[in-house]
Amino acid sequence: MQPIAIRDVSLNYDTPGGKVQGVTNVSIDIDASEFVCIVGPSGCGKSTLLNIIAGFLAPATGQISIGGKPVTGHGMDRGVVFQDFAQLFPWRTALGNVSFGLEMKGVANPERDRIAREQLRLVKLEKFTDSFPHHLSGGMQQRVAIARALAYNPSVLLMDEPFAALDAMTRDDMQRLLADVWKETRKTVIYVTHNVAEAVYLADRVVVMSAHPGTVKTVMKIDLPRPRDPLSVEFLDCQKELMGHLGHNTNGAAH
Amino acid sequence: MQDAVTAIAIADAAPAGRGAERWRLAARNIFPFAVVGTIWEIVAWAGVFPHRLFPPLEEVALSFVNLTISGVLPHHTIETVLRLLGGFALAAVFGTAIGVMMGRSRRAEDILLPLVSIGAPIPGLAYAPLFLLWFGLGNFSSVLLVGFVAAFPVIFNSWTGVKAVKEIWVRSALSMGADDKRLFRYVILPGALPYILTGLRLGLAQAWRILVAVEMLAAVPWGLGWLIFGARKFLNTDAMMAGIAVIAIIGLLLEKYVFQKIENYTVVRWGMVAK
Amino acid sequence: MTNNQQRTRSMIRGGLSLLVAAAFYEAVARSGLFPAVLLPTIPTIVSTLIDMLADGTMFEHAFFTLYRVLFGFVLAVIVGLPLGILMARFPRVEHFFLPLISALMPIPSFALIPLFMLWFGIGNVTTVLIVFYAATFPMAFNTWSGVRSVNPIWLRAAGAMGADENSLFWKVIIPGASPFIITGMRQAFLRAWIGVVGAEMIAASDWGLGWVIFDAKEFLNADVMLAALVVIGFIGFVFERLVFGSLERATVQRWGMVRVAKG
Repeated sequence: MQPIAIRDVSLNYDTPGGKVQGVTNVSIDIDASEFVCIVGPSGCGKSTLLNIIAGFLAPATGQISIGGKPVTGHGMDRGVVFQDFAQLFPWRTALGNVSFGLEMKGVANPERDRIAREQLRLVKLEKFTDSFPHHLSGGMQQRVAIARALAYNPSVLLMDEPFAALDAMTRDDMQRLLADVWKETRKTVIYVTHNVAEAVYLADRVVVMSAHPGTVKTVMKIDLPRPRDPLSVEFLDCQKELMGHLGHNTNGAAH
Repeated sequence: MQDAVTAIAIADAAPAGRGAERWRLAARNIFPFAVVGTIWEIVAWAGVFPHRLFPPLEEVALSFVNLTISGVLPHHTIETVLRLLGGFALAAVFGTAIGVMMGRSRRAEDILLPLVSIGAPIPGLAYAPLFLLWFGLGNFSSVLLVGFVAAFPVIFNSWTGVKAVKEIWVRSALSMGADDKRLFRYVILPGALPYILTGLRLGLAQAWRILVAVEMLAAVPWGLGWLIFGARKFLNTDAMMAGIAVIAIIGLLLEKYVFQKIENYTVVRWGMVAK
Repeated sequence: MTNNQQRTRSMIRGGLSLLVAAAFYEAVARSGLFPAVLLPTIPTIVSTLIDMLADGTMFEHAFFTLYRVLFGFVLAVIVGLPLGILMARFPRVEHFFLPLISALMPIPSFALIPLFMLWFGIGNVTTVLIVFYAATFPMAFNTWSGVRSVNPIWLRAAGAMGADENSLFWKVIIPGASPFIITGMRQAFLRAWIGVVGAEMIAASDWGLGWVIFDAKEFLNADVMLAALVVIGFIGFVFERLVFGSLERATVQRWGMVRVAKG
């Protein structure tokens, strides 16, 4: 559970695959075991920022350190969950997927199996250990992805709109589950979303980004007690305030 | 030939659960053959064509049995299958290696792709005389040619397969601490497997199609291609058709029992291709 | 590195690789390790090719080959396309023909050459029939799967807009199945092209590119052989890329429909 320091990170360039949504002069400090949501309109570079923190992209300027150590590439101190269900390896069962990181780490088998099963239990999938991903629903696949990212015990969990492709009901369940998992594991979490209610439900702090240039506009602290009630007046007030921050964006849309 | 599989799969796709249902299905599948067989018999017995050129089916069956008992047909078959396996093994090993290399390294792709693209549009058999000229008549040339021709689909598909491995798998594996070697073994190879299998299957089909003709041209002493070609000289149409029947059976078995089994066990089970 | 630089470097590498391969071949050919008749130098091959083009023999051979392959191919389309459609539309037709096709398809067309030679002798009839046999199955098969795979939503939508059976067929089913039909034609031609060269070699008459290659072997004319190979490769390439490629671009790709698997 490490703190993260992001200092003056910028990245604006063309790749063969097209232009990356740039980020300019982003600085954020995140405490150990803090849950931070990054919200912003599409094109604000929030996913780019997450990919920089994950080490998949190198920033043009600035630097990021996790627990005092500068980030130079991908590393096992971070677990990553993407939006795309296809992130799971189809040729491995749920258990095989969750074991992958442990295998890479060199954890031997009885132990590896035990940890992987434990992680699947944490996301309430203990009955589906031997299922292949294509037999699982979208929500279950994302839960496997979360278990997989937690299994090798990284100190930081990076999540890129992991529930955006789920239906509303499943998404609510998943948010509750993630809040529980976080309470139990106390990982430092950076969670990218464009869903305001989701951010208010999950985050200790919400970083609001604006587009053109992609930079931090404001940071909002959410002081609501947990577990949070999305129907309470305080919750709705927070949501309104956050909407207000987002609403001043160029196109006036919340997402 | 890829398509043949689907045909077979669909022909017996209906769940063969209850007995009556199964009989009905079998009858339905046999019926067209019975019709064609009857027409054949009528034409053969009517004497429209010379008897030697158009033998009735029972004579074909008889000659099939006789040739099998005497060991001639099995000998031809074994030689052919060995050549097929030899050529296909060459294609599988070198084709996959080259294709994967092209998919992994930009440099290898730049260097090899033009060479492969020039060789590919020429029908394989057109190389046959050249190979026979260079490497002489016989086994060596035939196996080499079969391997050479079968390698093209293997190369193309493994190359595409490696390039089609999802970026998100690579990223996930990297974030979980996979190094280059393990990334290749645990992610890229299984990720590219549907394509590699398709390539192997097309390669085998290709090898099979060409081998029969190669055996006719390469003057090998044994082999099904040689059997049917040689039978022509003595107007042994019945032996020829027995040989063709074996060729058809092997083709079917290769499709249905070799590749379909492998696919069912791997990529179909993983949900990477639709059944 | 930008995209453009990358592409330039790829082209340079590709060109270099071809040059090196050619130079290597030339060096081996000139080294005298192998007899010159077996391994002619590239200038020899080129001059043979030019000679044969200049005196028209190569064109005549190519003409015969093209005549046979197109004759067989067109026959295959005329038979295979309606057969595929009928199979997809009428279960009875499907039940009758599918087992037959499944049984016949694994027989390589070359295996039938000796039989056809017995029945029809050496020459055009045998060659055209081999081409026809080779090309019909992929045509029928792909058409069948294409018509079957037409999205039922399109049928319902068209029905809701008042389409009758007739216009449903011509305006929805045929265009909907066209990616498969075009793939079928492409595969059929590929098979036909392979078939014609093989049939010409084995069931040889006096003309045709396959015959030239095989005949050249008898007289150890490796240069003629390689020159004919170049022409065969060229024609194959033209059909695959220019004819079927542009057909595809004009229809399926323009409609943004997914390209079906390449066989």
